[in-house]
Amino acid sequence: MSSDVRFIDFKSDKQPTWCPGCGDFGTMNGMMKALANTGNDPDNTFVVAGIGCSGKIGTYMHSYALHGVHGRALPVGTGVKMANPDLEVMVAGGDGDGYSIGSGHFIHAVRRNVDMSYVVMDNRIYGLTKGQASPTSREDFETSTTPEGPKQPPVNPLALALSAGGTFIAQSFASDAQRHAELVQAAIEHDGFGFVNVFSPCVTFNDTDTYDYFRDNLTDLAETDHDASDFDEAKDRIMDGSSEYQGILYQNEDSVPYHEAHGVTEDMTEIPDGAPEDATDLVREFY
Amino acid sequence: MPADFNWAIGGEAGDGIDSTGKIFARALSRAGRHVFTSKDFASRIRGGYTAYKVRTSVDQVESTVDRLDVLIALTQRTVDENIDELHEGSVIVYDGERTSMQDLEIPDGMVGMDVPLKSLAEEAGGAIMRNIVALGAACEVTDFPIEHLGSSLEKRFSDKGQSIVENNKTAAELGAEYVAENYATESDEFEYELETTDEDYVLINGDEAIGMGAIAAGCRFYSGYPITPATDVMEYLTGRLERYGGHVVQAEDELSAINMALGAARAGARSMTATSGPGIDLMAETFGLVAQSETPLVICDVMRSGPSTGMPTKQEQGDLNMALFGGHGEIPRFVLAPTTISEAFWKTVEAFNLAEKYQTPVYLIADLEMAVTEQTFPPEAFDMDAVEIDRGKIVDEDEIDEWLDDEGRFRAHAATEDGISPRALPGTTDGAHMSTGLEHNELGRRTEDTEIRVEQVQKRQRKVETAKEREDWSPREFGNADADNLVVSWGSNEGTIVEAMDLMDDDAPEFRFLSVPYLFPRPDLTDAVEDAEQVVVVECNATGQFADVLEHDTLERVDRVNKYNGVGFKADELAEEITEVLQ
Repeated sequence: MSSDVRFIDFKSDKQPTWCPGCGDFGTMNGMMKALANTGNDPDNTFVVAGIGCSGKIGTYMHSYALHGVHGRALPVGTGVKMANPDLEVMVAGGDGDGYSIGSGHFIHAVRRNVDMSYVVMDNRIYGLTKGQASPTSREDFETSTTPEGPKQPPVNPLALALSAGGTFIAQSFASDAQRHAELVQAAIEHDGFGFVNVFSPCVTFNDTDTYDYFRDNLTDLAETDHDASDFDEAKDRIMDGSSEYQGILYQNEDSVPYHEAHGVTEDMTEIPDGAPEDATDLVREFY
Repeated sequence: MPADFNWAIGGEAGDGIDSTGKIFARALSRAGRHVFTSKDFASRIRGGYTAYKVRTSVDQVESTVDRLDVLIALTQRTVDENIDELHEGSVIVYDGERTSMQDLEIPDGMVGMDVPLKSLAEEAGGAIMRNIVALGAACEVTDFPIEHLGSSLEKRFSDKGQSIVENNKTAAELGAEYVAENYATESDEFEYELETTDEDYVLINGDEAIGMGAIAAGCRFYSGYPITPATDVMEYLTGRLERYGGHVVQAEDELSAINMALGAARAGARSMTATSGPGIDLMAETFGLVAQSETPLVICDVMRSGPSTGMPTKQEQGDLNMALFGGHGEIPRFVLAPTTISEAFWKTVEAFNLAEKYQTPVYLIADLEMAVTEQTFPPEAFDMDAVEIDRGKIVDEDEIDEWLDDEGRFRAHAATEDGISPRALPGTTDGAHMSTGLEHNELGRRTEDTEIRVEQVQKRQRKVETAKEREDWSPREFGNADADNLVVSWGSNEGTIVEAMDLMDDDAPEFRFLSVPYLFPRPDLTDAVEDAEQVVVVECNATGQFADVLEHDTLERVDRVNKYNGVGFKADELAEEITEVLQ
């Protein structure tokens, strides 16, 4: 690991095919900056991505990466981190990948508290399939598959994370480059599962949750007296349906990451040329 | 008197049937006798009944038969269920003090031994030990030295404290004494005597053999979701894998289980998941990703009766088509089906080597009866010194240069001559690369270029061709190689067919028997099929999935012996059926 790694080293030579102006550009830049700022380099970093516009991120970044099936990025990241705890594991996804098809894995990944980060590009729309409702779309948000709106409340990912025992819950805005990078960096540095929901506007299919909307409605917790270590305060903010927050909503200072709780600290990739030395003991157990 | 002795205990679920059966099986094994057990054989009446059967001999036993010499009946129904298997001279041990057993009628020619199991157990320290009293009684009837039962009780209960062990031993002794005092004549007249030998045997089931094979092969990561009959693999590995620096994760579902295992494999750990049919269905999408991203992964399917929830605790070999063809698109894969419990150990080791050598998913297909059957083997059957590990083309920092392109990018999917690409484990300097389920170029970057698509499809396919050339895919051969008839089977039927061969009359048609552990790639049986006058494929499914495959491979029609009622083949039954087809 060299100390002179710059964020640009995490960029691949592949030009993104995201729509011009897509929030995912800013989201990705912040991820790369955060990785560089935390002393990582592409050869010790593993990025996992799912399916959707967000899923393409592994191609545009330079690191070890797996672009998997829809909704299962978190389990992949979990396996990578357990097998080699020396790797920096960052899982990326979208609101469809994380809160719809992958929502089951989301709450369990939060519970497990594996020491990795999870960055969700939440644009409140399905972009890659050209504009259908996502689990975070508003109740009255009209789309090709929901002509009168979904008529059901959007998922509150922060509340899901908090109720599942989340130890680091943050939210950022792709356009606020510095704050976004800071928050992803804090997620990486957190001892456990660092979750950042990123408002990452879709300029093509979502004319409601736009850059302007977030600029006008975002409250940065850094400018308030919010105490992120206070569970009840976090709960009140997260359940307060009228506000959009940027910042760390909740961080449990006593977080015990999975590898500590379970004593999983060894690199599993090195094995002997034959059966383990005392493997015959395993046979004797059956006498 | 046949060389083998057949014993069973039956009652209601919750009566401790399995645990008691296993204690008896262990006692026999520790006395140097071979054992083959079966659990929960089919109910002729309705659910709720459970039984554990032990077949034992001084010679290796490979299957179960329809005969019972001693039956411990905790319920009236146990007798009713097994009436066809009991014969003249069979002993039925029961507790006549139990209200429901007071009117038990012992069928003509059989010997009833009314032993107050509960009262004697209470005398020894608690009613819970009544099954152990019955085991003691069985020892007396068969002249089996009770100290071997004591040794088995010691193993079973030692972690619960010495007083528990002693109480159980007392319970067994009381049972033996009661029979000696009250049924001395009947006991003397009983035709079986269980001799002991000085041999040390391993008593192990199929799931445990797979788990032990995984550890021997260097597996370090296991993720799974509990499902009958694969759960024992996970329970075996839990705690043991950790001793070797590995870890077992109970995932939230099978989708997660296979994706965690995939993640660990991409990080460079030998990794596995195990499940049964319903879980395999859920894993199918990621199975394609494993192959497309060229990740080494072992996926074990312990088959049970399907489709859908089917009969979760019953036998079937119905997942062959799924293993061979499951998943959308065309997925290169290996499919291994161990044919015996000890082979389950070796095929697991082989599965890990194949997975890493060819960077390809490997299905390891076992089945319920293999999973739950406890069988004895000499310890040499699991010779750890013979385990070899081949991790394939992993490149380190010194070797990586030759696999970088002009711009210094690692060619993780390089289209090599043998189809196998170099593999850089994450953390290797200059090896950073992406892998994906999308079609990709040699760098792992998405492409829809027609030429690259063809090149990558062929490259992945070439790995299978390379494996066909480099590895041994032979079937296991039994019987008379020059016989006119050919019997073919796959998976766990091997022992039963071999034993059926021994049971067949001298004037029954002779046959050559090929037992196929490799389902893909599989041996070319064209010559064997063409040379035979008649070919019979034996398998536990309704349609004859392997028979179909064999017909496809050889362009010849074959006969089929199928069983799909939820119970595996028995040697005596199969001897008759094969004879009938071949005559």
